[in-house]
Amino acid sequence: MYSYHRKSNVMEWKNQPAKYGVSGRERMHEYCSACHGAVVKVRTEKLHGIIPCEDCHGPAMNHPENPEKLTIDRSRELCLRCHTNLPYTTSERHRIPGINPKTHNTGAECVKCHNPHNPSLEGMK
Amino acid sequence: MERREFLQKCIMVVVGASVPVSALTFIDPKKVFAANPDIQWAFLVDTNKCVGCGFCVKACKTENDIPFEAHVSRTWVERYVYTKDDKRYVDSPQAALHGFIDSRIDLGRGEFKEIDPKNVGKAFFVPKLCNHCSSPACTQVCPVGATYKTDDGVVLVDRSWCIGCGYCIMACPYGARFFHPVKHVVDKCTFCYHRLSKGLDSACVNACPFKARRMGNIHDPNDPITQIIMNERVGVLKDEFGTKPQAFYIGLAQEVR
Amino acid sequence: MVEQVAQHAAMVVHGEAWTIKELFTLPNEYIYWSIQIVMYPFMTGLVAGAFVLSSLYHVFGVEKLKEIARFSLVFSFALLPVAMMPLMLHLQQPFRGIHVLMTPHFTSAISAFGIVFLTYASIVATEIWLVYRKYFVETAQGLMAMQNRSNIDSFRMMVFQALTLGAWDISEEAVEKDHKACKIMAGIGIPVACFLHGYAGFIFGSVKANALWMTPLMPVIFICSAVVSGVALCILTYVIVQEIRKYLARSKMARWAREADAPKAEELEAVKHTEVMISSNYLLYFMIAAMTLEILDLIFRGYTQVKSWDILREVIMERDFTKIFILQYTIGNLVPFIMMILPGRTVRRTTIATVLVLFGVFMMRYNVVIGGQAFSLSFSGFMDYHLPIIPHDLETFKEGLFGALTVIATPFILFYFINMFIPAFLKEEEKAPH
Ligand code: HEC
Ligand code: HEC
Ligand code: HEC
Ligand code: HEC
Repeated sequence: MYSYHRKSNVMEWKNQPAKYGVSGRERMHEYCSACHGAVVKVRTEKLHGIIPCEDCHGPAMNHPENPEKLTIDRSRELCLRCHTNLPYTTSERHRIPGINPKTHNTGAECVKCHNPHNPSLEGMK
Repeated sequence: MERREFLQKCIMVVVGASVPVSALTFIDPKKVFAANPDIQWAFLVDTNKCVGCGFCVKACKTENDIPFEAHVSRTWVERYVYTKDDKRYVDSPQAALHGFIDSRIDLGRGEFKEIDPKNVGKAFFVPKLCNHCSSPACTQVCPVGATYKTDDGVVLVDRSWCIGCGYCIMACPYGARFFHPVKHVVDKCTFCYHRLSKGLDSACVNACPFKARRMGNIHDPNDPITQIIMNERVGVLKDEFGTKPQAFYIGLAQEVR
Repeated sequence: MVEQVAQHAAMVVHGEAWTIKELFTLPNEYIYWSIQIVMYPFMTGLVAGAFVLSSLYHVFGVEKLKEIARFSLVFSFALLPVAMMPLMLHLQQPFRGIHVLMTPHFTSAISAFGIVFLTYASIVATEIWLVYRKYFVETAQGLMAMQNRSNIDSFRMMVFQALTLGAWDISEEAVEKDHKACKIMAGIGIPVACFLHGYAGFIFGSVKANALWMTPLMPVIFICSAVVSGVALCILTYVIVQEIRKYLARSKMARWAREADAPKAEELEAVKHTEVMISSNYLLYFMIAAMTLEILDLIFRGYTQVKSWDILREVIMERDFTKIFILQYTIGNLVPFIMMILPGRTVRRTTIATVLVLFGVFMMRYNVVIGGQAFSLSFSGFMDYHLPIIPHDLETFKEGLFGALTVIATPFILFYFINMFIPAFLKEEEKAPH
C-alpha cells in the first residue's frame, strides 16, 4: 500500500552489515564453546543457559577476528537487570530469584562470589 | 458465401476483436504477487514471558547504531504496575535500555515513586516496537515517498530521501518513529531487515532469553508463529486506527496502548 | 573537552531541548512540531486572509475598500514567500525540501503543498501584474524619455521594462481587458486561497493518531481564523502605514509629499477612517464564524466524551486553561469583539482590537499545534513545551524565539522592497482602473 518509493533503497537496507552473530542459543553455545569450552563448559539450561552469550558480552559477528576480544562487563547493573527484586507476582519476573541491590553485598561485583556462567548456589566460588 | 466460410470469418472477427480487449485488461504482476507473496513478516510478543531485562533494547541499539545516550529507541519495554487501591503506574526509564534495576516508578521530571510491595496488584512488562502495519499511517502521509512498505511487509525509511518534516512521526499512533540523532532523518524499527535477509533473527528476537519476542512468516501456515497467531487468543495495539498492526501480543491488557 | 561537549550536544535528539516530559510518555515522544509549525498556519492564514480582503473589492466590487484592497493585494504578495519559510526552517533536511515538488507522494496531505502554493502564488502575481501593468508601462516610458538618467534610474528603467513583460498597450480597451481578467483571477483566487489554508487545516485534521487534531472541522476552523487574522493584519498594517504617510505628508519628508498634488494629511485620515470601519465589519463577521466553530468543536468533544476526552479535558481545562480560555478566547476573541461592537467605534479602538485579534489567532494556532502534542499517545503522560529563547545552536535558533521573530519580520521587510516597484498607494491619476 502507498508503495511508491526509490526501489534501490530496499537493497541498501538489506546490505547493512549485521553485528550480532549466529541465531539460536544452542547453535551459539556450540559455536562459542568450540574455543571457550574450557570456561563455559558448565551449563545448565535451567539457570543462565537460556541467556545468549552476546547479551552479556556484546555483538560477536566476526569474533575472534574483529573484534578480537569481546567485552566483559562485570558491573552489578548487568546482573541487576534480572535480579533486582521486584514484587510482581503476576509476572514471569517473580520466578527469577531476586535480591535487594541496596543490601545484598553492596560494593562488590556479583561475579566475585557468583559464577556468571553457572550461578548455581551449590557450586559457588 | 458458404456456410463454412461464413463461420470461419465469424470466428476470425470474434477472435480479432477479442485480442485487443484482452490486451487491455492488463495484469499487474505485482498485484498477483502481492495477493500471495511468499513472505509476510509478523512479530509475536508474549507479555507473560517478559521480565524486563532490556537486553532487546540494548541489542537493538547496538545492532542499528542508535547511540545509547540518545533518549530515543526503535524498541522499548514498558512496565505496568497496578496497585490494589486501583492506581496504575507506567514507566519505561530510558526505554528500558538498562532494564528495570530500580523498583521505583519513574514519574518523569526526576521524580520517582516507591510502591509498597504489599499494595502491588498485577504488574507486567510489555515490549513494544514498530507494528509494521498492513495499512500504515506513516507511509500514507510521507510527502516524498521516503517511507514505504516492502513486498514482504516491512516498513522502511529511505535515509537519503527523507526530508525530515516529521509528519510520519505525528501520524504513527504507536510512537515508533523518531529523528535519528546523528543522521537527522526519521528512523524506526526495520525488523532488522538486513538480518532477516541474511537468514538471521532480528537483534531483539536473538537477544531475548525468555522467548518473549518472536518473529515469523505469517503466510506460511506451518510457521510456529503463524500457528500461535491462528490458534491462540492474540491481540494487537490500538486497532481502532485501522492500521492493521502486524505485531501480535499475547496477554495484552486493555490499558496497554 | 570541546569534542566531548560537541558529541554530547549531538546526542540531544530533536525535540528534547524544549520538551519536558511528565508521568508516562513513550520514549520517542517529543514535541516534534514546535514554534515554526505554529508559525506555518499563522503565516499562511495571513496570506489567505489578506487576499480574501483584497478580493472583496475586486470581485464583489465593494467600492469603499478600494485602497485597502490594493494594499492587501501587495501585502499578501509580500507574505507569500514567508508562508514557506517556517516549513523550511523546520525541516531536518532543508536542502531536500525540493523533493516535495520533485517526487510528490499524493497520498500525503503535505505533498500537494508545493502545487497549491505555486498555483496560488501565480494567481496573486498575475493579479498584481494586471492591476499594475498600466503603472509599469507609464513609469517605464517616463524613465525612457528621461534625459541623462542616473545609474539608479537606469536600473529602475530596466526593472520596469522587464515588469511590463512586453505588453506596452495601455489604450482604453487594453486596460479594460486587464480589468476584466483581474476580476476573473480574483474570483479564482478566493477558492484557491481558502484551499491553501483549509488544506493547512487538513494537514492537522487528518492526523488520526492525534486525538486533539482529528476532526473534520479543522479545515473550516482554519479558514475562518485565517480570514480573521489576515483582515486584522491588513487593517493594522494599513493604519500604521497611513500614519507614517500622514507624518510624511505633514513634514514633507518623502519625495511624493513635496509634489504639488500630494494628498493632504486630512485627506489621508478621512480615507483611512472609512476603509478601516468597513473592513472591520468584515472582520466581525468572520470572527463570529470562527468562534462559533471553535466552541462547537469543544462542546462536541465534551459532550461525546470518547476515550480521549479524559486526557483532553485535563489538557484543555487544567494544564492549558490560561492559554486557551484566558489568552485565546478572552483576550484574543472576546475583548476585541466587545471593543468593536460597542457603539462609537474609532479607528484607534479598532486598531487595538486588531492587535488583540492577531494575538488571539496566534494563540489558537499555538494551542492547536503545541496543545495537540501536550499529551502522550499512551494517554497517561504529558509533555510541556518550553520555547527556546536564547539560542545555543542552530536548532534552538531555528525553532526558537528568534526563528519565529525572523519569520514575523520578513514580510514587512519584503513589503518595503516590493513597495519600491509595486507601490501599494498610487496617486489618483496613476491609478489603474482596478
Ligand atoms: C575461533 C575461536 C573462537 C570462537 C568461536 C569464539 N571465541 Fe571468544 N575469543 C577467542 C580468542 C582467540 C580470544 C582472545 C583471547 C585472549 O586474548 O585472551 C577470545 C576472547 C573472548 C572473550 C574475552 C575473554 C577475555 O579474557 O578477555 C570473550 C568474552 C569471548 N571471547 C566470548 C566469546 C563468545 C561469547 C563467543 C561466541 C559468540 C566466542 N567468544 C567465540 C576465540 C574464539
Ligand atoms: C549473565 C551474563 C553472561 C552470560 C550470559 C555469559 N557470560 Fe561470559 N562472562 C560474564 C561475566 C560477568 C564474565 C566475567 C567473569 C569474571 O570476571 O569472573 C564473563 C567471562 C567470560 C569469559 C572470560 C572468562 C575468563 O575467566 O577469562 C568468556 C570466555 C566468556 N565469558 C564466554 C561466555 C560464553 C561463550 C557465553 C555463552 C555461552 C557467555 N560467556 C555467557 C557474563 C556472562
Ligand atoms: C537475563 C536475565 C539474567 C541476568 C542478566 C542474570 N541472571 Fe542470574 N538468573 C537468571 C535466571 C532466569 C536464573 C534461574 C532462575 C531459575 O530458573 O531458578 C538465574 C539464576 C541465578 C542464580 C542462582 C540462584 C539460585 O537460586 O540457584 C544466581 C546466583 C544468579 N542468577 C546470579 C547472577 C549474576 C551474578 C548475574 C550477573 C553476572 C546474573 N545472575 C545475571 C537470569 C538472569
Ligand atoms: C560477597 C559475595 C556476594 C556478592 C558480591 C553477591 N552475592 Fe549474591 N549471594 C551470595 C551468597 C553467599 C548467596 C547465598 C546466600 C543467600 O541467599 O544470601 C547469594 C545469593 C544470591 C542469589 C540467590 C538468592 C535467592 O534467594 O535464591 C542471587 C539471585 C544473587 N545472590 C544475586 C547476586 C547479584 C545480582 C549480585 C550483584 C549485584 C550478588 N549476588 C552479589 C554472595 C554474594
